[in-house]
Amino acid sequence: MGLAAILDRSHSIAPAGYSRWRVPPAALAIHLAIGQAYAFSVFNLPLSTLIGIDKSAPGDWKLTTIGWIFSVAIVFLGLSAFTFGRWLEGAGPRKAMFASACCFGGGFLIASLGVRFHQIWIIYLGYGVLGGIGLGLGYISPVSTLIKWFPDRPGMATGLAIMGFGGGAMIGSPLAVALMNHFHTATSMGVTETFATMGALYFVFMMFGVFTVRLPAPGWTPVGRAQPGVGAAASASRTPPAPDVHVDEALRTRQFWFLWLVLCLNVTAGIGVLGQASPMIQEMFPGVIGAAAAAGFVGLLSLANMSGRFLWSSLSDVIGRRRTYMVYFALGAALYASIPTTGRLGSVTLFVLFYVVIMTMYGGGFATIPAYLRDKFGVMHVGAIHGRLLTAWSVAGVAGPVLVNYIREYQIAHGVAKANAYSVTMYLMAALLVIGFVSNWLVSTVDARHHFKAGTADA
Amino acid sequence: MPEEPRPGEWVKAVLAWLFVGIPAAWGVAQVVAKSAALFR
Repeated sequence: MGLAAILDRSHSIAPAGYSRWRVPPAALAIHLAIGQAYAFSVFNLPLSTLIGIDKSAPGDWKLTTIGWIFSVAIVFLGLSAFTFGRWLEGAGPRKAMFASACCFGGGFLIASLGVRFHQIWIIYLGYGVLGGIGLGLGYISPVSTLIKWFPDRPGMATGLAIMGFGGGAMIGSPLAVALMNHFHTATSMGVTETFATMGALYFVFMMFGVFTVRLPAPGWTPVGRAQPGVGAAASASRTPPAPDVHVDEALRTRQFWFLWLVLCLNVTAGIGVLGQASPMIQEMFPGVIGAAAAAGFVGLLSLANMSGRFLWSSLSDVIGRRRTYMVYFALGAALYASIPTTGRLGSVTLFVLFYVVIMTMYGGGFATIPAYLRDKFGVMHVGAIHGRLLTAWSVAGVAGPVLVNYIREYQIAHGVAKANAYSVTMYLMAALLVIGFVSNWLVSTVDARHHFKAGTADA
Repeated sequence: MPEEPRPGEWVKAVLAWLFVGIPAAWGVAQVVAKSAALFR
């Protein structure tokens, strides 16, 4: 059997008696790999001293030039998720995961050539464009498959996979540091070899996901969940999926755009402070928190971000998606509004505790959205609809850091002490979350005229 | 139709979880060790 046949959707249908618990590890293999993107900053300093070796020399790239590698990758993540979501629904998860592994692993290999020949445009093209396409394809590839395998627990299932994306940096960062230390010589920073090695390692790791993932056979339901005369998925879940909506039609509903706003505002509020976490805690508690403790704080936030993806999305299976987002926005707004007070009180414990809770909800927002889409638009095109919704992430990825950085600089320029320069930002974040609360409250059931009718469009 | 997993499927499931779980646990351990600096 040729490779194309093995990757084909029809050959990835699970045989009778296949355990559905083998599918989440397949999804995790993809998400843990592509989650490395969050740790790309570990390469920034080594890339800026490729000529000078351990110190910058004339001809070395500036950090601003290097910073564009990650930005290009995130832009192409959004673009590919938007573009290929529809293709993924027809091609199946195995082919999409394989394409993702080729792009992500291949992106690293091409980027290693860029380092070897000191050509930044090759790195932009390799890790940024090709790798970014791999990120987008990989991010959405297991979503609808997991929802089909776990009609009784769609939140938990997608939360498991998306937790991997949050945790990928925890593997990628120490792995990159270890490899660069291994390959470092008197004449090389070891980045070329590290890129090539990571490309090969991640490709192999992702292949495990490619060859493990299976689609459930038509009509399959989990044991003990189906009831005679009732649709399997409907009987299995506390929140049954809505009737199917075509991906193109979904974009014409107001529910899609309210959910777009929900994701965008939740991410905007979290991503801006996540990027500023280290200087923020040091400036709010001068003399109390040093650089090492601030790095520990950033690590703690990463753990909270990852665990929240699983915990909150699992809880959403019990209390419902709408209520879960109500909690994110109401509790998040209250905590953000209280953070300046923790600074005034000088309470590091409360500050850290509040931020940990906020970060769990930031991660939870990412992980719960696929199940929310399934509740509103059905299962048929949920992967493709999720891909289109991820444009909200791209917008938030720009808006969040810009808001936090510019407001802080404006405050300091107008004489506000550094310790108090984040107060306005916190209140603004709280306000954004209040708008998110209203948007979520407005997400209603999709009107029947938008439901997919067989024969009117291709499914 | 509902169906029970084949005998031996749980072994494959455990192995699959170990394959992704071990690197993930290593990464988490690295971060936990780094986070400890906050509480010193």
